[in-house]
Amino acid sequence: MTEPLSGRGWSARPNAAGMVVTLTGDWIAREATGAEPDSARRILDGAGGRALAFDTARLGRWDSALLVFLSALRQGARQRAIPFDGNGLPQAASRLLALIAEAAPETVPPPRRHTLVNQTGTAVIDAWQEALALLSLVGDTVLRGGAALRGRVRMRGVDLLTCAYDAGIAALPIVTIVNVLVGAILAFVGAVQLRKFGADIYIAALVGIAMTREMAALMTAIVMSGRTGGAYAAQIATMVGNEEIDALRAIGIPVYDYLILPKVLALTCMMPLLYLYGCAVGMFGGFVVAVSMLDVSPQAFIEQTRLNVGDDQVLFGLVKSVAFGALIAIVGCRCGLKAGRGAADVGQATTIAVVVGIVGVIALDAVFAICAHALDF
Amino acid sequence: MDTANARPKFRIEGLAFGYGAAVVQHDISFAVGDKSIFAIMGGSGCGKSTLMKTMIGLLKPGAGTIRVGEEDYWGATEQRRTEIGRRFGVVFQSGALWSSMTAEENVALPLRMFTRLDNAAITALARLKLSLVGLDRAGSVMPGELSGGMRRRVGIARALSLDPDVLFLDEPSAGLDPISAKRLDDLILELRDGFGVTVVMVSHELPSLLGICDDGIFLDADSRTAIAHGSPRTLRATSVHPTVHAFMNRERPAGEQRAKGDTDGAQ
Repeated sequence: MTEPLSGRGWSARPNAAGMVVTLTGDWIAREATGAEPDSARRILDGAGGRALAFDTARLGRWDSALLVFLSALRQGARQRAIPFDGNGLPQAASRLLALIAEAAPETVPPPRRHTLVNQTGTAVIDAWQEALALLSLVGDTVLRGGAALRGRVRMRGVDLLTCAYDAGIAALPIVTIVNVLVGAILAFVGAVQLRKFGADIYIAALVGIAMTREMAALMTAIVMSGRTGGAYAAQIATMVGNEEIDALRAIGIPVYDYLILPKVLALTCMMPLLYLYGCAVGMFGGFVVAVSMLDVSPQAFIEQTRLNVGDDQVLFGLVKSVAFGALIAIVGCRCGLKAGRGAADVGQATTIAVVVGIVGVIALDAVFAICAHALDF
Repeated sequence: MDTANARPKFRIEGLAFGYGAAVVQHDISFAVGDKSIFAIMGGSGCGKSTLMKTMIGLLKPGAGTIRVGEEDYWGATEQRRTEIGRRFGVVFQSGALWSSMTAEENVALPLRMFTRLDNAAITALARLKLSLVGLDRAGSVMPGELSGGMRRRVGIARALSLDPDVLFLDEPSAGLDPISAKRLDDLILELRDGFGVTVVMVSHELPSLLGICDDGIFLDADSRTAIAHGSPRTLRATSVHPTVHAFMNRERPAGEQRAKGDTDGAQ
């Protein structure tokens, strides 16, 4: 182990029988000393058609480095129809060389072709199938969700409770932080403008309407998309990789009822509750800022909120949050189900679930806003 | 293996190991001869793979010593332990290939990390290792597209990438068809003879054990210690321990009765 390595070396000289290659020194792959990438070619050029033989009397220790050299030499010799006489080589090296030659050719899947046309075609077909799959998942949710409400689904109650806990109570801290801060920020931003007009008191209406109509539902949905939608995708993608989904299918347990429905139902039911909670803590955040920074009394803030925030605003927010919850859960589960089997695939599925979830929530919110505007709501 | 135990590669004395407070095996002592093929045998769940993990250095033993050559493996500094461990090649049960890299990149990565060879030399070495395991044409394939047997071969090629002194194999032929399993056994023999590497393999595949192993240890889940030492062939022929005898002859242990109605082919 500690003896110094002497660099590898070779020399080639012709004799009566052919070209004798003399190998000297230690041929150890880790030590690049004396490595010459083109040595095989130089020997073959020098041989000029004469048979190759070997003298390894002064060869030291060796490993794969020698095999790389010999196999390149043998391959080159074969191409130039030069006889290759391995008798002078160490017996072990000959055996390994034979192993390389004899290695049974395995059938390897042919490389995929990537032309622009078939890439475009594949992308379009994938997108179409993806749209169909998502649509059928939405359909399943309606059908099976209806069946579940009538208690006709093979779903474990404990799964539903676990999912509801994860998507509900466990999410409260982050929903609290985000909504309190959003409410406070709205109050700060509004305060600067309203003070110019001496209309400080409308801060309550600003915060109340913004939170109930838009911000509480939207911010909660974005938080839940990153938190719960991503978790659903990662969990299901890992199950795909472990063949757990295949096992469910093989036994005949409906994957949708057993695995996906509890998640979709839990998130769809929890989102409106989180939304109401988000409204409350958001208005509290605005209240704290308004009372402490502006000339608004607590009583006036509460009274203004009560007058300006109507039931219809809250109802609108509730409807949106139900839609957001279903969207996030379905997208998360779908991304998990279609994931590949590798470690990178789990990460990819999670990323897509979160990105599509957030973009989808914002796009859906825009659709709601346009509809509300058209209806003069 | 006449000189096998004159200078053993591993000498293990009074070893106890497990996970946390749970002791899987205790009082294990054995030596692995240089250039031998050593089998860690035993039923499912007896701690074979855990023993391998302890020998590799992934799991700290609870008691006892592991000597690699003359050095106390776990007594050495962490840096020294890493240096010793780099002379080990490990093949995990499923291949454990890095899924985001091609087969050739999998084999080349250890060379890139731990040698100063240039790209051409690394590629040549990686291709050589792949062709040694019969996969010279699979270099650009991603692990997900390979079959189980091929994945295990790439795993072996990767384990060989740094020309290790010791090759550890966890259940190398489990789940392979008999022909692939036999090819793999022959490959292990050729690699041992060619590179002069010591092989430690965890296995409960009788044909492999009887076919290629020179020596071994038999772990027992009930008594939580080794109940037999020796080559699988010798154990099969001579062991009188009921568990070892039953294992080596693929029988139920003597005295174990079949349940009523439990007949071959039922259900």
